Amino acid sequence: MQPKPFILKVLDIVSIIVLAVAAYLALVFAPTEAVMGQVQRVFYFHIGTAWVGLLGFVIAAVAGVTYLITKNARWDRFEVAAVEVSTVFFFITIVLGSIWARPAWNTWWTWDPRLTTAAITELIYIAYFMLRQGIEDPEKRARFGAVYTLLGGISAPITFMVIRLFRTIHPVVIGSQSAAAQGGFSMTSDMKVAFFFSLFAFTVIFIDLMWHRIRLGSLEDKVEQLKLKVSM
Amino acid sequence: MMDIKPEIADNRPQTVGRSSSIIHRPSFIKATLAIIQKDLSAEFRSFELISAMLVFSLLVIIIFNFALELDVKVRQSVTSGVLWATFAFAGTLGLNRSMSVEKDRGCMDGLLLAPVDRSVIYFGKAISNLIFMLIVEAVVLPVYSMLYNVNLFRLDLLGVILLGSIGYAAVGTLLSTMSAQTRTREVLLPILLFPVAMPVLLASVKASSGLLAGAEFSEVLAPLNLLIVYDVIFIAIAFMVFDFVVEE
Repeated sequence: MQPKPFILKVLDIVSIIVLAVAAYLALVFAPTEAVMGQVQRVFYFHIGTAWVGLLGFVIAAVAGVTYLITKNARWDRFEVAAVEVSTVFFFITIVLGSIWARPAWNTWWTWDPRLTTAAITELIYIAYFMLRQGIEDPEKRARFGAVYTLLGGISAPITFMVIRLFRTIHPVVIGSQSAAAQGGFSMTSDMKVAFFFSLFAFTVIFIDLMWHRIRLGSLEDKVEQLKLKVSM
Repeated sequence: MMDIKPEIADNRPQTVGRSSSIIHRPSFIKATLAIIQKDLSAEFRSFELISAMLVFSLLVIIIFNFALELDVKVRQSVTSGVLWATFAFAGTLGLNRSMSVEKDRGCMDGLLLAPVDRSVIYFGKAISNLIFMLIVEAVVLPVYSMLYNVNLFRLDLLGVILLGSIGYAAVGTLLSTMSAQTRTREVLLPILLFPVAMPVLLASVKASSGLLAGAEFSEVLAPLNLLIVYDVIFIAIAFMVFDFVVEE
């Protein structure tokens, strides 16, 4: 077995440190928001996890297309890693959003475009794992997975556009605000520090986890090959 | 044995293996039509698929009738939702059946061996799936109109239904080809299809409920445009990736 690369070890430690710092900035350093109070602090992690979640889905679609062109199993491992890590982060985003929505909107859930799209996107990637599970041949599994991430990656934005035809109440903190949005606020400079640091922190953590998952994937393949060799 | 071999060879096109350009290749449209014809004639002999879809749709409508208490007031706002849920469920039934028939009896391999482009198979299957859906809709719409006393026969509404069915059949055919090759098969198709086909269903419901509520055509243009965009994009993608889905 190949030893864990040195850079990965460093990245592990860096991930833990940036997570701790991001938590400090979000929970202590950033000023309390005037209207919503303490619960607004969820926002920093909410955006951080949402950002890496979406990033991973885009990476997965690109890796899927690359796999279909090159037929190199490495891209399949890349794609699985991205989807798996992102699905978890995206789920955290939804949970954190719900926690915030309860005091801010007075409900855990509402059928708002962003929320609905998030739920459907999450379901697309859960379906992706069910699809992969149902196929034994690794080559076929990779091909079907790649096709499905591509379909999902294109369908999700259209879903968002369609549901936007209905009214939205989700606040837009960066950029223009919809008139019906509830719970919006403008960031002070200290808030911005916490905000951008949490984006950075989750990007580092995302890369670290992706790397681990890719490494796990290639080890899995190796075990699979060894098993085949023994059985022959 | 020795005598048979040359005979078989004689029946084959003379130039196989030497130059592909001389092999007799039917035109794209002709080959597509042949696949559609095959599906339709097989179906019209047994009516297995269409009858199952029809009975199922009627049952779904009856269930909705009791689940939603479809009285006059409620009916106005939920008709399009009930219709599209019915079409979607019946559609999955048909998509599953039309692909598993090909898979079960090894017909898919036969189709793949035919000297035609793979996308011909996709278009052939997609169009015949669309035709089955349209036949079912052509029966469900008058029955619904009659049962609930709403006039669903309006050209604009029929147009929306056609566009929605095209999008649904386009993605559905691609995904049913995939799900037919997995271990879980029939169970997997709706799980794969519904989240990806969500834009079609939402836009269709939005457009048809707008039309049924008596909105101007310009008001439903937004969902209609998205529906057309979805149809075009997904037909193009399915056309490009179908090769990867049937490769052996």
